[in-house]
Amino acid sequence: MRAAANGQPVISAQDLRKCYGDFAAVDGLSFEVQAGESFGLLGPNGAGKSTTMRMIGGVSQRTSGTLAVMGLDPDDHGPEVRAHLGVVPQQDNLDEELKVRDNLVVYGRYFGLPLSYLRPKADELLEFAQLSDKANAKVDSLSGGMKRRLTIARALINEPRMLLLDEPTTGLDPQARHILWDRLFRLKESGVTLILTTHHMDEAEQLCDRLIVVDKGRIMAEGSPAELIRRYSTREVLELRFGSQRNTTAVDELRGIGDRIEALPDRVLIYARDGEAALEEATLRGLHPVTSLVRRSSLEDVFLRLTGRSLVD
Amino acid sequence: MRRQPATARVFRALYSGNARAVIGRGLLATRSSNWMVMVSGFFEPVLYLLSMGLGLGALVGAVEGPAGQEISYAAYIAPALLAVSAMNGAVYDSTWNVFFKMTFAKLYESMLSTSLGPLDVAIGEIFLALLRGALYATGFTAVMMAMGLATSPWALLLIPAAVLIAFGFASLGMGITSFMKTFQQMDWINFVMLPMFLFSATFYPLDVYPQVVQWIIQALPLWHGVELLRQLSVGVFSPATAVHILYYLVMILVGMVLTTRRLRQLFLS
Repeated sequence: MRAAANGQPVISAQDLRKCYGDFAAVDGLSFEVQAGESFGLLGPNGAGKSTTMRMIGGVSQRTSGTLAVMGLDPDDHGPEVRAHLGVVPQQDNLDEELKVRDNLVVYGRYFGLPLSYLRPKADELLEFAQLSDKANAKVDSLSGGMKRRLTIARALINEPRMLLLDEPTTGLDPQARHILWDRLFRLKESGVTLILTTHHMDEAEQLCDRLIVVDKGRIMAEGSPAELIRRYSTREVLELRFGSQRNTTAVDELRGIGDRIEALPDRVLIYARDGEAALEEATLRGLHPVTSLVRRSSLEDVFLRLTGRSLVD
Repeated sequence: MRRQPATARVFRALYSGNARAVIGRGLLATRSSNWMVMVSGFFEPVLYLLSMGLGLGALVGAVEGPAGQEISYAAYIAPALLAVSAMNGAVYDSTWNVFFKMTFAKLYESMLSTSLGPLDVAIGEIFLALLRGALYATGFTAVMMAMGLATSPWALLLIPAAVLIAFGFASLGMGITSFMKTFQQMDWINFVMLPMFLFSATFYPLDVYPQVVQWIIQALPLWHGVELLRQLSVGVFSPATAVHILYYLVMILVGMVLTTRRLRQLFLS
């Protein structure tokens, strides 16, 4: 806990770059993460989030820039850095040849931990992951949500100070996602630093104290979810659907309503402090949308504002 | 941050001195799922020995052994079959098995997100391949002795020699596998192995071939293994024995360097 005690960042990245040939997957990222913080990288697929995670874990060497994870350079000290990390990859890579509980014990052996520690720890983690009754089951008999929880339990076997979660709930049904979020929230409360990538804004809003919005390998904005929404969006958003043919022509007629209008292929977004008032004004102008919806601004709107594109394609 | 000398840095990123965790995992996985493959691997050369050695041997009769003495046909092909089985076992473990774990099971990806480095993984996997090779070799040598096909106490050295052969094929095989991307490419390995098995003086002496073909076969690894084990089985040695051993030592070295470099490129680039 050296880094935490001194109030130094557990991750410090300056001008981090990763190029594949001419293509820069990560193009000059600079950020710091404090101990105990829950830090997110929000961006669309291909923004360079996973590559950044791999560089933090020392399994991908950076092209340039500096990076320190708990004071160590992961390129030079891969095994040492990873000894304090828990890694939850985007796709589950559980050991299908081993049973559920053995997955935890064997993974702990990879860290060189003794069985006397691992046996009780594995049982404790199975309980945490709500998988105690599956201890001797085969991995391929588990549901998607259970596999995800087992992967997270596995990442905790070495009592890491920092957990790297790459798209932790992508592909899960809503109920499984909420169970998982609850587990992650408990970890955060117990003081584990969480670093997560996601392209789901609700996940970022639920879990992140602070996040960076990443697009094409660059940082577009940084702050807490609430700050970002305040800075880059209005309080409310009015969503109108006129049918795919009418959306573009409707934009001209809506001009002047709210602070800003954004025309998407399937709907028109009107950013306003008061969404209901904006809807009333649109109706007064004789516009009759097929559907209308007033909602609070979200990180999705922040992303749209910053990049001109929506987050989930 | 203090920078260490370049070689020390590279080594620290590659190796954590914990290959035994990879070995432990392999043994546990074998216990729970792979043991049928293990058993079939033992019977394959035994079946060849029974059908070719005893069956075909009845037609062939006695043949000329490594030192010019007369030996039975079964005694002639038995060490060759042992060399082939050492090759096959090592190649299966280090190619198909590694390919599957690398590409589909993502096993190495998960191992390398822990304290393990690529060298831990390579050493562990190769050790497992050799352990299996040693088990097969012990079993087959016991069968040879029981059938009276190994006439010299030197024959006990067949076991470590078979492991040496397996080591050569395993380390080179793992390096080559790291270049493979699809199952179609994996088939090339069979395309090389089958002719090598049939033509490396396995079932008849090398001198039936024209000189050029002899040179080609002598350049390939299996022939050296067959000759080495054949000499050991009767306890007759020549300067060529040292050449055979040296051939495998070089093969192991080249294979290990290639494998480590490739794992580094694949997983730490």
